[in-house]
Amino acid sequence: MHRPLDWKDIGQLTDIPVQGARRVEHPAGRIAVFRTIDDQVFALRDECPHKKGPLSEGIVHGHAVTCPLHNWVIDLATGEATGPDEGCTGHIPVRVEGGRVLLGLVG
Amino acid sequence: MTTNHSSPPDGAPKPRLVVIGNGMAGIRAVEELLDRAPGLYDISVFGAEPRVNYNRIMLSPLLSGEKTFDQIVINDRDWYSDNGITLYAGDAVEMIDRQRQVVIATSGLECPYDRLLIATGSMPIVIPIPGARLPGVVTFRDVDDVDAMLAASAKGGHAVVIGGGLLGLEAAVGLKARGMDVTVLHLAGHLMERQLDASAGHLLAKELERRGLSVLTAADTAAILGESHVTGVALKDGRELPADLVVMAVGIRPDTRLAAAAGLEVGRGILVDDHMVTNDPAIMAVGECVQHRGSCYGLVQPLFEMAKVLADHLAGRKGAGYAGSVTSTKLKVTGVDVFSAGDFSGGPGTEDIVFRDAGRGIYKRIVLEEGRIKGAVLYGDTGDGGWYFQLLKAGEDVSPLRDTLIFGQGFAPSEGGAANPTAAVAALPDTAEICGCNGVCKGTIVKAINEKGLTTLDAVKACTKASASCGSCTGLVEGLLAHTLGGDYQAAGVKPMCKCTDHDHDSVRRLIRVQGLKSIPDVMQALEWKTPDGCHSCRPALNYYLLASWPGEYVDHAASRFVNERVHANIQKDGTYSVVPRMWGGLTNASELRAIADVVEKFDIPTVKVTGGQRIDLLGVKKDDLPAVWADLNAAGMVSGHAYGKSLRTVKTCVGSDWCRFGTQKSLEVGVNLERMTWGSWTPHKFKMAVSGCPRNCAEATIKDFGVIATDGGFDLLVGGNGGIKLRGTDLLAKVTTEEEVQEYCAAFMQLYREEAHYLERTAPWIERVGLDFVKARVVDDAENRRALHERFLASQRHAQVDPWAERAPGTAAAARDFRTLATVE
Repeated sequence: MHRPLDWKDIGQLTDIPVQGARRVEHPAGRIAVFRTIDDQVFALRDECPHKKGPLSEGIVHGHAVTCPLHNWVIDLATGEATGPDEGCTGHIPVRVEGGRVLLGLVG
Repeated sequence: MTTNHSSPPDGAPKPRLVVIGNGMAGIRAVEELLDRAPGLYDISVFGAEPRVNYNRIMLSPLLSGEKTFDQIVINDRDWYSDNGITLYAGDAVEMIDRQRQVVIATSGLECPYDRLLIATGSMPIVIPIPGARLPGVVTFRDVDDVDAMLAASAKGGHAVVIGGGLLGLEAAVGLKARGMDVTVLHLAGHLMERQLDASAGHLLAKELERRGLSVLTAADTAAILGESHVTGVALKDGRELPADLVVMAVGIRPDTRLAAAAGLEVGRGILVDDHMVTNDPAIMAVGECVQHRGSCYGLVQPLFEMAKVLADHLAGRKGAGYAGSVTSTKLKVTGVDVFSAGDFSGGPGTEDIVFRDAGRGIYKRIVLEEGRIKGAVLYGDTGDGGWYFQLLKAGEDVSPLRDTLIFGQGFAPSEGGAANPTAAVAALPDTAEICGCNGVCKGTIVKAINEKGLTTLDAVKACTKASASCGSCTGLVEGLLAHTLGGDYQAAGVKPMCKCTDHDHDSVRRLIRVQGLKSIPDVMQALEWKTPDGCHSCRPALNYYLLASWPGEYVDHAASRFVNERVHANIQKDGTYSVVPRMWGGLTNASELRAIADVVEKFDIPTVKVTGGQRIDLLGVKKDDLPAVWADLNAAGMVSGHAYGKSLRTVKTCVGSDWCRFGTQKSLEVGVNLERMTWGSWTPHKFKMAVSGCPRNCAEATIKDFGVIATDGGFDLLVGGNGGIKLRGTDLLAKVTTEEEVQEYCAAFMQLYREEAHYLERTAPWIERVGLDFVKARVVDDAENRRALHERFLASQRHAQVDPWAERAPGTAAAARDFRTLATVE
């Protein structure tokens, strides 16, 4: 079974600080939406696979974010921990259209 | 019982493995089993302690404060659930019913087993003397014992440690670090007589005495004195010592109670064969509770060896079995290096090679028998302990090495002419054990370095567990990194800021000033950064260096700040924040307290706590509430306390001559004025101050970054203290007579620290690195330079003293952008 994604408009690209993130509330858990130095947008579940730290509060560098609790570095594209740490947080498809940011959620 | 998590595909239930004991041996056996055959058993673990599995050999650092409990946890609760293990923590097994194959716990719970593993460890020996059960008498075995010692040490006073072996000395040094007067009583003629010979024991006693401990050898305890609580200790020779706390650390005895009651064969320990099986084939035992070929063990390395053998057995692999262990020991007391291995009692047929260097406090003794190493004792320089131990275990003929043996591996003739530590490690075979605690050999570490691309000690620890327990093999692991990576490994010394650059901190700071670099992208471009926008390590450092170099000109870069400094509150483990309003010099009043109380009720703040720096901490504030909380506190006249920043934290004071009958100066006023001058300043790391009104020093100024102690004639100015992980008392910077001088010296010292220290370097390690003379030359001896530093500090403060809370008041763009949720979706 593969259900089509439901694309939800969450706001303007410019609402998200460059090298920063904003939070989006979702019934299945908070989502962190990141904007990188090269203006790409990524979305992950806002929970580090290590101790559930809020990734939306981490320092964004390259296409990665560092969890503020214990410095795990998470790849924004995959949600996978990098380096010696192992673990993965869910990632959510994102589109930017006409300056608006859309999250692809399972309907 | 509901321990069945899943069944094998054929539908047959899995055999049930019950483990009695949630300690190091039992859980290591389970880990080894999961490695070999995950999912083979349905596993339940019973632990008498109400907590997860932790590293018991780290109790000493826990006591001394070098580690926290979280740092010594081996497996958290997720590990148990992830591996389908049912943990009964705090529910001890009371009885084993071998007929019905069930264990019965204190709660009445019955748990059936197909295989039973007893890992009950050992019990501390309590010597049967009068008063041995008085309140205030503790043993040193688990976290509860450490808690009891910490509670006792908080009141200060005298501690008497009975037993000068490994455990007793670690307890004694830990209690000393916690501020108690400590006396060690030891029955034998010298300390650690089971591990050390008399010479090394003597050197050790001298070192401990130099650190302020009292050591009494040949001291036989007659009684512990006291009515409702311990008050002293009486010796058989008639001496009496005062005591508020007595620690009994005279040894351990295998805990065989359950096994004996169940009718298993028991000697000193539970009798097991080479596969760790008792006389009941369904029951195995492992760890300190067992007796194998006549030996009981109380060290971690044999336990781990047993765990491997047991896991082979449980997984159905027939290995060679356990043949007993040759052990080595190391004292885990920071700065005291003691190593011993094998049998060093000497005697007929043995020869000694001894090396002494009195000036450096080094003593080494190797005991040889028929050309082979039989034992080794090292004091003061234990770097070659692992090598000697390797030669000892291998039973190698060391006659060809004899001439240089005592100087260590670096001098040993070898094919490559090895004469340095890296070459020495290179010469080891792949099977050589590097980490004794965790049984990790050289080959495993080298493979991990190569295959996983490891470049740092921490990465090796994380991947292989080597040097992750007691840490005594750290040097060897670093040697392996250097050998395996060659020029790519940057050992301690001059090292790059992070993997994004080849420049070290000093060179980055210098080039920022010399080249006039004024933004993070400028720095990264000019200094050829290797990543597009740095990392979590270099970006905050660059932001600080730019801020400190170009005050008023550089615009702070929020995205390069750690979350706490970005949202001006302290992130907690659950993602909420703590808020600490500034209370100048620790002074407050009714209206501030009323406003705080109102905020706590209005925002339903769960925890209110007084901090060590004399402030009030509001814990558990939701991020969305922060601007509104601050607005209410601002309205009552309070500003941010910067309790979250690499910045001036607090100025702690005593009441001084305003109220105290001993006070000699107005310490309150001096403290408040210092805080008014320095608040809001960003520093390389947090910066704490204190002002005491007399030499009794109630404000604890001697463990602050900058401390002031008032005297009759003026003020002593103290720098570089730290009460954290590594205790460091302050150095005396200068004695001055007026409050104006206190202010000028303080500002000058802070500015020098701001301009010179590396990011995230506290004043204590900074002064250790550059030397007190470096600081004195610039702040004390050179008055003109002092005035210039003072002036630069005040200039920087003109831009820094803006309340960040007010800047983010509700309704501002900053509050909306930085604190509000972007959207809510269904």
